[in-house]
Amino acid sequence: MLCDVCKCNDATVFLTQIQDGKMQKVNLCDACSKEKGVEDPKSFALADLLLGIGASEEIEKSTLTQKCPVCGFSQADFKKTGRLGCAACYTTFAEGLHTLLKAMHKGTEHVGKLPQRAHRTIELSHRMRTLNENLQKAVAEENYETAASLRDQIKQLESELSNP
Amino acid sequence: MMKFSSVMTTPGEWLRGEGPHHQVVISSRVRLARNLRNHAFPGWAKKAERIAILDLIRPRVEQLAEMQDSFSENLQDLSALERQVLIERHLISREHAAKGVGSAVVMNRRQTLSVMINEEDHLRMQSIRSGLQLKQAFKLVDKIDSALEEKLQFAYDPRLGYLTACPTNVGTGMRASAMLHLPGLVLSELINQVIQAVSKIGLAVRGLYGEGTEAMGNLFQISNQTTLGEKEEDIINRLSKVIETIIEKEHDARQILLQKKPNTLCDQIGRAYGVLTYAHAMASKEALNLLSIIKLGIDLGAFPQDHRLSIDGLFIDTQPAHLQKCSQQKLNAEERDYLRAQIIRDRLKLLPKPDISKMARESGNGSTARASEDE
Repeated sequence: MLCDVCKCNDATVFLTQIQDGKMQKVNLCDACSKEKGVEDPKSFALADLLLGIGASEEIEKSTLTQKCPVCGFSQADFKKTGRLGCAACYTTFAEGLHTLLKAMHKGTEHVGKLPQRAHRTIELSHRMRTLNENLQKAVAEENYETAASLRDQIKQLESELSNP
Repeated sequence: MMKFSSVMTTPGEWLRGEGPHHQVVISSRVRLARNLRNHAFPGWAKKAERIAILDLIRPRVEQLAEMQDSFSENLQDLSALERQVLIERHLISREHAAKGVGSAVVMNRRQTLSVMINEEDHLRMQSIRSGLQLKQAFKLVDKIDSALEEKLQFAYDPRLGYLTACPTNVGTGMRASAMLHLPGLVLSELINQVIQAVSKIGLAVRGLYGEGTEAMGNLFQISNQTTLGEKEEDIINRLSKVIETIIEKEHDARQILLQKKPNTLCDQIGRAYGVLTYAHAMASKEALNLLSIIKLGIDLGAFPQDHRLSIDGLFIDTQPAHLQKCSQQKLNAEERDYLRAQIIRDRLKLLPKPDISKMARESGNGSTARASEDE
């Protein structure tokens, strides 16, 4: 989940405030939370102060009207039924679901049965994810030799994925 | 293809009650939820899509080796009474019974396996076995899942596992549960303590027919609450261990009742016997509660062991839909209560009076619980 203020770092501070019976949630990264001096959230209308007046309502509204591009299911439908519309909804609403799943389950990653047929593709995409992560790290560390080698590996994996 | 009438006359494996620990564990169930990759979940899909999904899934389920000579029916072709019979046997859920066009149920002759199509998920596959047999139930349902996966593309995400309509089922899509008969813990007022302890470790305790239902006949369902972040085998092992502990506590509670409160116990058994033998109107809840005490009496030796099957059978046969299906007519609540009392009186004619002097340590198959611990 990204920080609501800078929208580039992962949020590590999650604030919830209930005001006039309405719940407001703001997610901040370390830096932004320090910059905004969020230590005593009781003393101010938090979302409005941090993101400008009316921002808290906007956050709520935008997520509620967000629709799954595959099946047209919205977050508001989920609030009503507690059920999702299709498999793709898990991607569409990934951000909100992550928090929900974390609270609901033992972990956030599946460790059980793998469907055999999908197994190979999944293995490859797992490897792809790791390679991409390493590539980003290498670039960030300006380790261009490693980055080049990683990029070649990714290219080869991409061709494997497209011709299974 | 099997007809509904033969479903009625075939009692099903779990109703024969011969599984391990059957004195406390009535049945073990494991269900897996699966969905097709490129279709909306049943609750969101339009009627035409639901029918298309059903047409895709149903023949493949019927073709399974385990489903030779199966019962397979569209929900709209089953009467309200027939659906209720299937609920009472735990072969379909209450939610599934409320479905119409675009939903179906397929089950095998032994009624150890039932597949609901277009319930909350496209596929809900369930195995039900008598006694504590969670591992065996899982093995069976896992096998048909693997067989179906060769023919159907399931919605699966590498991070989240099997994707389900409700996020509470995502991951393994597995719910494992056991139906426990716990009169000892109820009579000694320890049951709330047990329920609280179980809830604290992420397991759920529910009444006879699942979520939101009342506990009747001292029957409790215990199941896993979480499905993500733990392997199927680990969930089942964890659940089995907790159930084994509860079985032990139940046996202990019964022994303590025998030693410390024999009069209360004898009074309960005597009253249950008296009312069941002589009553002429009996509501379903009262019947279950009294039959539970008779069952305890059999476990403790107050009644001969060879009456176990006929008493166990009454738990199901006195349920509203079974009563009406047997009498082949629709009955109102009052008529059902008369008929229920009559069926019970008839069956109890063969049951001798409780012999309090024979009540002692539990005998029969239930002691295998202890024997296996001694190994």
